[in-house]
Amino acid sequence: MADNARTFAEVEQWVEGWSFDRAAPLGAAAPRQLLAAAEEILGLWLVAHGKAPSSRKVEEFTLLGLHRQAAKGDPSFNACRETCREVCYRFNLAATDLAPAEWRANLATLRRVVQHLVYFVGGKMRNAQIGEFCCSSRSLRTDEAEAGLGVG
Amino acid sequence: MDKKTAYKKVAYYPGCALEGTGHAYNKSTRAVGKKLGLELEEVKNWNCCGAMEVKNIDPKIQTYLSSRVMSIAANEMGHSVVMAPCNGCYHNLKKAEYDLAHDEGSREVTERLSSKAGHTTYEAGQVETIHALDWIKDAIGEEELAARVKNSLNGLKIANYYGCMYTRPRHIFPEKDSGPGSESTSAPHFMDDLLAAAGAENVDFALKTACCGGAHTLSDADTSTKLVANILIAAEEAGAEVIATECPTCHTGLEMHQIRAETNFGIKTNVKVMYFTQLLGIALGLSPRKVGLQENVSDGRAALKARQIG
Repeated sequence: MADNARTFAEVEQWVEGWSFDRAAPLGAAAPRQLLAAAEEILGLWLVAHGKAPSSRKVEEFTLLGLHRQAAKGDPSFNACRETCREVCYRFNLAATDLAPAEWRANLATLRRVVQHLVYFVGGKMRNAQIGEFCCSSRSLRTDEAEAGLGVG
Repeated sequence: MDKKTAYKKVAYYPGCALEGTGHAYNKSTRAVGKKLGLELEEVKNWNCCGAMEVKNIDPKIQTYLSSRVMSIAANEMGHSVVMAPCNGCYHNLKKAEYDLAHDEGSREVTERLSSKAGHTTYEAGQVETIHALDWIKDAIGEEELAARVKNSLNGLKIANYYGCMYTRPRHIFPEKDSGPGSESTSAPHFMDDLLAAAGAENVDFALKTACCGGAHTLSDADTSTKLVANILIAAEEAGAEVIATECPTCHTGLEMHQIRAETNFGIKTNVKVMYFTQLLGIALGLSPRKVGLQENVSDGRAALKARQIG
């Protein structure tokens, strides 16, 4: 990643501090900035795990490509698959030229979904097992169990 | 036999949460079933589904534990359908079903432990595990439900929160995403459908399956609180007065972290949290006490009163 890339905490702070006052003058750029923050978060997770973030697009979205890369071999990322897809869906809505009231609502929703992604991935930065044994249904000790060390 | 007939009388597996923190869910599920003429026969001498804890230590033991519940329902009580209202139990029974159908190792462990415990080994496919949402949706349906409504939910704005384990991982729910009428794993709608039939107005809620960090509420409480606070705010921003839940863990997490978000982070939200069975019960004419509304930490009675519901 570039030397001037933001840290995880900086991106989190930026999303938490996001407001219409800051977004309104940006117009069409606002949804793109939020989408970029979501991409940044997954990129930072990949870098923290020794992987270079891919620029590959899936269904026209870099975010979905990054999610696929992060989820490879880590089924706990199941937990944010829908979130990433929701970000893309909400981005499409917010990027569409709508009446001001709808644009604001879509942008506010997009921000909340991006914020969810930030908190979820941030949680996984501190505690890798978030999402491991609930949504992904993966045992934390699968290797031990498969090696016959478990009581089963 | 069609689902409408098959689901009229089912084996009921409440699981541990519904006898503790989720007591109001148990109470309202039973009350709604009775009101709708559906019969629940509790699984005799049921045990823990293996929850998250056992699954972490040894997933095959969890498969066995869940299989015992299904074995009792099938082999000792003669049921072909088990209804589990708790997302964790529902998920685990589904996972056990999947493992027993696809993994020889799981079958061997289950057979060995069943024999040791002295009961018939459960065979994959003996029962169908369903959620309380499937139960009401398929045994009653929206049309019949709407016809039975006595106290319309009167346009009450609801954000439906399904949580994670009702739809993930997708491979253990083969009946979902299977065409018209089936439940969707990416955009579940059964709760939306039922509550709309009862007169509610569902809001467009983007975080309906978002992780609440529930499993890590003790090890990393701040993450859970932030995730929940964001879910609550998103519901409010979407216009919701109430968040409807269908899982005792989600419900408790939302209620508890709503308080913690205010005390620890100064984030105050007013949206109320209620089980979908409580809302359906009220709509069907049951009293708030009968569906356990007084047991909720998040007291939604004033919100209902303001809308002249009940």
